[in-house]
Formats: sequence, C-alpha cells, structure tokens
Amino acid sequence: MTAPLLRIEDLRVSFATRQGQVQALHGISLSVSPGETLGIVGESGSGKSVTAMAAMRLLDRAGRITSGRIAFRDTDIVAAPERVLRRLRGAAMSMIFQNPRAALNPIRSVGLQIADALRAHRALSAADARREALALLEQVKIRDAARRLDAYPHELSGGMCQRIMIAMAIACDPALLIADEPTTGLDVTTQKAVMDLLSQITRDRHMALLLITHDLALAAQYCQRVTVMQHGRIVETAPPAELFSAPTHAYTRALVAASPTATSTLRPHAAASPIGKTLLSVEHLGKTYADGTVAVADVSFTVAAGESLGLVGESGSGKTTISRMVCRLVDASLGRIMLDGDDIGAIPAADFHRSPWRSAVQIVFQDAGESLNPRFTAFDSIADPLRRLGPTRSREIAARVAECADRAGLPTALLHRFPHQLSGGQKARVGIARALAIRPRLLVLDEPTAALDVSVQAIILDLLDSLRRDEGLSYLFVSHDLNVVRMLCERVLVLQHGRVVEQGTTTEVFARPTAAYTAELIASIPQYAGARVTEAVPTGN
Amino acid sequence: MPGVFRLAGRRLAASLPVLFGAVVLTFLLMRVLPGDPAVFFASGPNAGPKEIAEVRHQMGLDKPIPVQLVLYLRDVATGNLGRSMTTGQPVVADLVERLPASLELTFSALAIALLLAVPLGIAAALRPHSLIDHAVRFLCTMGVCVPTFVSGLLLIYMFYFLLGLSPDPTGRLDVFATPPPTHTGFLLIDSLLAGDGDSFWAAANQLVLPAVTMALFVLAPLARMTRASMLAVLGSDYIRTARALGLSRPRIVLVYALRNALLPVLTIAGIVFSTMLGANVLVEKVFSWPGVAAYALDALLASDYAPVQGFVLLMAFIFVLVNLLVDVLYGVVDARASAT
Amino acid sequence: MSSTPIAGGWRQSLFILRANRLSAAAGVGLLILILTALLGPMLSPYDPIVSDVPQALQPPSAAHWAGTDQLGRDVLARVIAAGRLDFAIAAAAVVLSFVVGALIGGACGYRGGRVDRWVGRIVDALMAFPLFVLAMAMVAALGNRVENIVYATAIINLPFYIRFARTEVSVRRHATWVEAASACGNGPGRIVTRFLLPNVLPGMAVQISLNLGWAILNAAGLSFIGLGVHPPTPEWGIMVAEGARFITDGKWWLVAFPGLALMLSVLCFNLLGDGVRDMLDPRMRT
Repeated sequence: MTAPLLRIEDLRVSFATRQGQVQALHGISLSVSPGETLGIVGESGSGKSVTAMAAMRLLDRAGRITSGRIAFRDTDIVAAPERVLRRLRGAAMSMIFQNPRAALNPIRSVGLQIADALRAHRALSAADARREALALLEQVKIRDAARRLDAYPHELSGGMCQRIMIAMAIACDPALLIADEPTTGLDVTTQKAVMDLLSQITRDRHMALLLITHDLALAAQYCQRVTVMQHGRIVETAPPAELFSAPTHAYTRALVAASPTATSTLRPHAAASPIGKTLLSVEHLGKTYADGTVAVADVSFTVAAGESLGLVGESGSGKTTISRMVCRLVDASLGRIMLDGDDIGAIPAADFHRSPWRSAVQIVFQDAGESLNPRFTAFDSIADPLRRLGPTRSREIAARVAECADRAGLPTALLHRFPHQLSGGQKARVGIARALAIRPRLLVLDEPTAALDVSVQAIILDLLDSLRRDEGLSYLFVSHDLNVVRMLCERVLVLQHGRVVEQGTTTEVFARPTAAYTAELIASIPQYAGARVTEAVPTGN
Repeated sequence: MPGVFRLAGRRLAASLPVLFGAVVLTFLLMRVLPGDPAVFFASGPNAGPKEIAEVRHQMGLDKPIPVQLVLYLRDVATGNLGRSMTTGQPVVADLVERLPASLELTFSALAIALLLAVPLGIAAALRPHSLIDHAVRFLCTMGVCVPTFVSGLLLIYMFYFLLGLSPDPTGRLDVFATPPPTHTGFLLIDSLLAGDGDSFWAAANQLVLPAVTMALFVLAPLARMTRASMLAVLGSDYIRTARALGLSRPRIVLVYALRNALLPVLTIAGIVFSTMLGANVLVEKVFSWPGVAAYALDALLASDYAPVQGFVLLMAFIFVLVNLLVDVLYGVVDARASAT
Repeated sequence: MSSTPIAGGWRQSLFILRANRLSAAAGVGLLILILTALLGPMLSPYDPIVSDVPQALQPPSAAHWAGTDQLGRDVLARVIAAGRLDFAIAAAAVVLSFVVGALIGGACGYRGGRVDRWVGRIVDALMAFPLFVLAMAMVAALGNRVENIVYATAIINLPFYIRFARTEVSVRRHATWVEAASACGNGPGRIVTRFLLPNVLPGMAVQISLNLGWAILNAAGLSFIGLGVHPPTPEWGIMVAEGARFITDGKWWLVAFPGLALMLSVLCFNLLGDGVRDMLDPRMRT
C-alpha cells in the first residue's frame, strides 16, 4: 500500500463574514493515493470547493484553517511558510478552475501565460519556454496550436480556454491535479471532450486527480472512488459501484435517487389527463437578427393540449430564441405561431401585453432569482399578472395568490419576503406560482431547474409534473439536460444551429436516435453504467 | 501592432464629430444666446450705434445664422479666432504664447499626483484594513472636500508666510530673474536645454506650490480608483490561477495585477486631466500664473469676448485630444479594446 | 397582505444607519448645517452686510469667534449667511440637472437606436467643456448673474446624469425580470414606472448626494473668480476671494473659516452619499 500523496485529517475551516465566523468545514478527512482519481461530490454549501482550496492553502483572505492536518507527501501544508508552498504549487500540486475564461489573464496572450507557468519552476529561456508551450498545446489537443499561441482568451471558446488551463496546470508535471468543477457551464459535448482529455492525461502521466463536482454521474464515470459531502462534512466514501448500489447514508441515497439518469422516472401519478387536440402549432419559424446571424431556421412542431414537448440543444441551438418567440416576447422573422387556431405570431411582441392571448401563454425562466423584480415581494410578483390581466378586486387577487403559492409549495409565511431573502428553491416556486396565476393553457419552461441543486431540482421537477397533470397544462420544456427531458416530456425535438435535427417520442428518440448529432448528445451524457438504487423522490423543501 | 493603428484611426474618426460639435456649440454659445455680440466685440460698451452697425457688418452678424456658422467654421479652420481688445493681439497669438504656462502647470500637477496616488493606492490594496489602507481612504475622503483655491491659499499661508520656504507666489519666475531663451515655452525644459541651472531651480521653486495645490485636488480620485481597481484585480479569478501555479509574488503583482489594474486608472487620468483644465482657472488666479485660463478670465471680466471664445474652443480641443490619446493607449495595453 | 417596499425600507434604513455610524454622523452634521443656514440671521448677533471699519481685520477672539474681515464684518455671521446662498445654488443646479438628465437618459436607455446615438454624440460634445470654461462662456453670453451660475452648473452636470440614467436603464432593460414583467401583461409605460424607475432611483439618490457636494464646490469656485455673485453678498467663494488679498500678510481667518464651512458641507454630503448607497442596496438588507 503506497503512502498517500495527499492526506487531510480532521480539517476545520471557518470564514469571517458580516454575520460573524461561519464554519465551512467541520472536520473532514480524506486521502488521495498516487495515480488515483478521487471525486468529491456535493451540492452548494457542501464545502467541496473549500476543501480543494484549503488543500493548496489558496483560501481567500476571509478563510482560516482553524484546526486539522493537511499533508502533501511529507510537507505539512498548514504550517509551511509561503515560499515552500509556492514551490509546491504548480510543480507538485496543481489546480484548474470553473469558468476557464475568467481564470485566464485577459490582456496577456495564452502562450505567454503558459510560458509563465513553465518558468515559475524551471529555468528556461523565453524561446525554450515558447517551444514547450507549443508542445503542451498539442498535448491538450488544440488544433492549429502555433497560431493559438499568440491568441488572447476572449478570442477562444470556453472549451479551448479550459484546455489551456489544463496545459498550464500540467506544465511542470505535478503529481496531483485538483479540478474544481472544470466542466460546469460547458456544453455537454464539450464537457465529455474535456473530461476525456483530463482522464487520458492523468493516466498517461500517472497523475492523481481530485475531481470536484456537483454531478454525481460525472464523478461516477471518471473516478475510482467518490466522496460525498454535505454541509461541510463527509457523508460517505466508496467506489461508484458501491455508492450507487448500496449507499449506506440517507443523504447519499437521496442524492443518488435525485440525480436524473437514463432510467430515472418521477413519482408515479394517478392516471394522466388524456392528451387532446393540437394547442400550439409552430410552422416554419425563423429568426434572423439585424447583424445577419440566423438564430432559428425553418422550425416546425406542434404541442397538443395536456402534452409536454421537450426542446433539446446545446448553446447556440436556438432553443431559447424559440421559447421567447412562442411566448411572444420576441418577434419572429418568418413563420407562424398558431395558438388554438389563432395566429398569435401576427401580433407584435410590443403590443402583445394588450392582447387577450397574453394570459394563455406564460413562461417560467431559468434563473428564478433573476426573473423576480428585486423590489417586489413574493406576493407582489405572483399578484402582478393578476393585477394586469385578471380580477381587479384585491380580495380575489389575494385569494388567488395564496392558492397559487400553495399549489407551488411555497409557505404563505414567505410571501412578504423579497427575492434576496429566499433560497434558490423558494424563488423557483415563486416563479412557478406567478406563471400559474392567470391559468395559462401553455406554459413555456426555459431550463427551470438548471440553476438549482440536484436535490431541489428533483422536487421541483416532480412539482412541475404533478401540476401539469392536475391543471391540464401543456408544456414547452426547453433544456440541455437530456435526462430531465426524458423524465418530463412525452415528445422531444432536438435542435442544432437553429434547425430541427430530429423529433419524435422521447422513448423512440433516446433508444434509437436517427441523427448522428442526437447520438453524440446521448453518448456525451455522463452516466454510471451499473445497477443503482431507485427510491421515491422525497417530499418537502 | 497594426491593430493599434487601425484603432487610432477609428478613434480619430470618432472624435471628429465631437470636435465639430464642440465648435458648433461654441458658436451657438456666443451668437444665439440673448445679448448682442456686436456690442461685445465693438470697441467697448460705450460704442455708438453707427460703430456697432459697422462692427456688425464686419463680423457678418447681419447675415443669416447658418451663413454665420459657415463663416465661423472657415475662420476657425484658418486659425482666425479674432482679436483681443485688451492686448490688441490676435487671440491665437495670445493663446499660443500663454498655453505653455498652463500646460507646464497641469502636467507637473498630474505627474506629482500620479507619483503619489498610484503607489498609495497600490499599497492600500495590497494591505487591506491596515494602517496605510485606512490612511489612504481617509485621504481620499478628505481630498475631494477641500476646494483648490482654499488649499492653495492655505499652502501659501503655511509655506510662504509662516515657514518662509516658498517664494512670493506671483507668476512663473521671480521678477528679478532672467528667463532662458524660449524653445518650448516650458521654463523647466528651456532652462535645462540652455544649461541654466539657476533658472531651472528658480522656475521649479515657483512651480511647486501651484502644482502641489492642483495635485492635491486630483490625488483623491486617482488614489481611490487605483485602490479600487487593484482590489478588484487582486480578487479576480486569474490572479487565483497565477497563485495556484506558483508564480512568484513580484510577477503576480507587477505583471498580472498591476497591468490590469492600471487600465481604469488610465481612463481616470484622462478625465482628471480635463478636470484640471477647468480647475486651472482657480489656481492661476490664486498664484497669478500667466496661463490661458487667467488670460480668458481677465478678458471676460473686461467684457472682451473674443479671447473667451478662443479659450473655450482650445479647451474643448485639448480635451478631445487627451481622450483620443487615452483610448489609443488603452487599446495598446488591452487587446480586447482593439478587437472591436 | 401585500407590503410595500417603503415600509420595510424605513425600518431597514434606521438599522443600517445605526450600524454605519459615520453616515449617521454625516447625516446629523448635514442637518445641523442646513438648519444653521435656514435659521441664519437669527443665530448671530452681528449683521453680515453692514460694515464696521474700525473693527477691520481682527483675528479670532471671544467677541468675534472667527475674526472680522477687511470691512469689519463678523466673519462667522457672514459664513452662516453665506450657507443659505451656497446650498440654494447647489440644490437648484442639482435638481435641475437631475430631473432633465434622468428623463433624457432614461428615455435613451429604454429606446436605444438612433435617438440614443444622437443624444450620445451631443453629450460627448458637451462633456468636452470643463465646468469653468463653460461657465465663463455662459456668463459672457448671458450676463454676470447668479441664475446663470445655476444654469452653468446644471448644464455641466447634465451629461453625467444622462449617461448614468441611460446606463442604469439600459442594463436593466434586458434583465430577465423585465422580460417577466412583459409576460405578466405590463406594457412599456408600466415597465418604466413600476419596474425600472424604482430600481434605478436608489442609485440616482447616491449620485445626487455626491453631486450636491460637488456643486457647492463649483459654485464657490465660480464666485471666487468673480462670476455670478457680487459683493457685498456673503458667499463662501467670494469671502475667500476677498480674503486672498490678505493671506500673504498672515490674516488666515478670512480664508480658513469659509474654507472650513465648504469642507464640512462637502464632507457631509459625500459621507451621506456613501451611506445612502449602502442603505438602498437591497442585498444589504437581511
């Protein structure tokens, strides 16, 4: 049994905030062996990133390691002077971060930054450093590397920026690489490419990898062991197979159950309301912007009453633009939008608020916090559509608001709060209650759970599903997450570069995709292939 | 580098409309607002109606406004800004003669301010919540509160009257000293060119108090912006990356942090420069400095309006030029700016 | 059951003020200054305008706390009387530029397009003139009177408010909650009045407070060089100008006390502005 590369024992970290000292880690212990891949999985507030930063003693000024040991090989990280740590960072242990473009110096060329990383630990001439930087770019599979060497971060895509970060991190051949949410925010196909690259590099160089992520399936696919954290404590550590088939802790079980997979389903419901005739009909929809970019081209689909249609695609696919056009917030350049036989596309977006059809189509936004007026209480936000489009007597409005809040699972005590006083899940419920208030027939949902923690997401998805069945709503569900779409939608539309690539029933499309792009999308979803526990999604907030 | 020339060209093209607008505004200011310019530009407020009519015809004021505008534009383009009643010379000649005095003062003040503010701001940002941080923040808060004319006068009181360190605060050079031969009009440079050490120190001595007065006023915004910018940069993701890769502290602070932090400071320096152009009037008045602002003010109070008009135009031109320079410099340092 | 943001606002404001002593002190200081200015003549036994030449140029003493000026007038009485004029000029100029600037800037930020571009160009041209330069030009054209000082200061401030309002509105214009407001049936008019303005105004309030301090400095500066206000009207800038002649003879109180009054007023406005910014940022409320 080789000595562990990194060993953390009973680590406690606290942060100084306006409200006083807040404990972020309550005594965690873990170890990473040479060449091993360890995943740390947790939701927001679990302390996973803090652990990573503490391991390299990169906590920001407000953070303090209050007790515990961190040992890298035989160096005591907690007690070592800064110059010793500086020699270790980059050369023995390295780190890559979320949001790669922001993590690169915007006014310095990429090649120079890699050269800086090389010359920080090795005595190289500028010319030699440049040559090695070029070699590194090729190793991280950047095409046209010679030209990219002098590029600036803003000229490169997110995926390329992350590759460059990886190049900088491995430049001096460290023994341990810490990756803090390296693929969050990247498209699903890019995510797979980057993770495969990381996996290959760490294997080739016999490098240990500490992967921090909120995506349990991602950790399971790429890591030999997975540690689950909650509220600054380690809940469980096990190889993925054990974690998924026989989790010992209740939280792990809940997390596993809540993470959408290829086979997960929502709670079984009473018989679904029958699907009626066509409610929404979109014909040859197109959108071209003033500068000539074509966001949407020749998209046609229908949504029947009571049905849920999924719009799936990566960034730039046009799915958000379509959702805005259907909801009449943006005008289409071409095509027709028919709602129950009436051409609502003909009414300009600027005038649509006056049209009687306004109350028939409502929208739930991706970032609920962003979609609430910061100066409105939850009550005001939910009441707004009622005041504009519905009953005028305040007692009726108050009654309806209470009813909608109840349906959305929002406690009435929270109605007088402002958005900044609500949690992510609570804000999502306000957004849903507001959308339901004037009894729309079609609900457009633009990635409604993308900004939420996995456990909250599961609850909100369940809520959305039950609402649809109970109220007889139709859904146009926009998402990049195929597993979520699989759970919630009967039919699905796959988009790429503004065009429809494939459409059909969910089961058909996922089981037997006809288009190559669809197959690539499905293959890119991180998943754990193996038996897993299934359990009813827990209720409550 | 070709990107820089393209950027400079674009910015120059963009500033032409602004320059044009400034000229038109100046024209409007004097011709369209109530009041009869002919009376102003005539030999004096006591001129007879015949002379006023003569002047009006001479100035073209009996022509329609658009024609006047064209004539005015033509005059400006050929460098004809009228004639000053008080000095009897063409306004352009007066301005050219007195501009170096104002510029020498403004540049010295800016140099002093930057040399003090930037290191202070950086030091405050590198050691948050320390004594120097609090001192700098206090200085910034107080600095914008004291008007230049008050601080100038109090400085005179302290250093001339109480301590006797500074010379008599009137003008650029002691009455008894001989000025060096004029090459640039900047006394400091001219005396160095002539190898005249005495003149240099005499000129510098006279320059100290007025330059420090102006510098004090702009010290606060410069230091505040440097501190804020440095703090923002030090907290950014790419600094965290640099630390994670083990780059040395000097490299992180100087190459990664400072270059990024100084960009907003550059913009503020440009804005501050134009503020100083305005505050020039006050300092030139307090210290009897023979600059363009004092010239225009004296003319104004003597109802001599051609110099005022010329002065306004000159200030606008300098402002646009400074902005252009700042934009181009910014584009040189920040690749993102020249990409658009 | 719906609660208006204002109700919570007052309670929260007091909480923040108590937490931020400096702003509270600034608020109190400002209140004192304004009261002093308002009560003015009643506070001092001396007349600020009538000369008393035998008493000229007396240093500060028990009889005259701030000494006397070259015409024997009590400096403190004049400083207090001057406060009225300075505050009045500053307030008038700032209110004028704020109202006009916010309307123009808000409209530009909301509509965008050609109107926005043209207004932007005019604003750029206007910003090419430093205050004193423009004030001098305006006085030259319109005459050497106090109202023109107000107009000049207002016009100089105008581009700043236009730009500020434009940025604030256009940034929020594309925010998701504005989209949501549209989906809830709010037309453009309602969006501006019920959604955008209440979110933009707090930022403006901060700028107004900071601007008031700046406007006082400018008004005093303009009077110092002889524009707008004439003797014997007491005004801080003019008092400094009159006292400037005597500074080389060591009569410091003629300059120091009006200067101190100027400094304190501007300091209070600035500190209050910073405090108001903290108070109205909803993220500070818990």
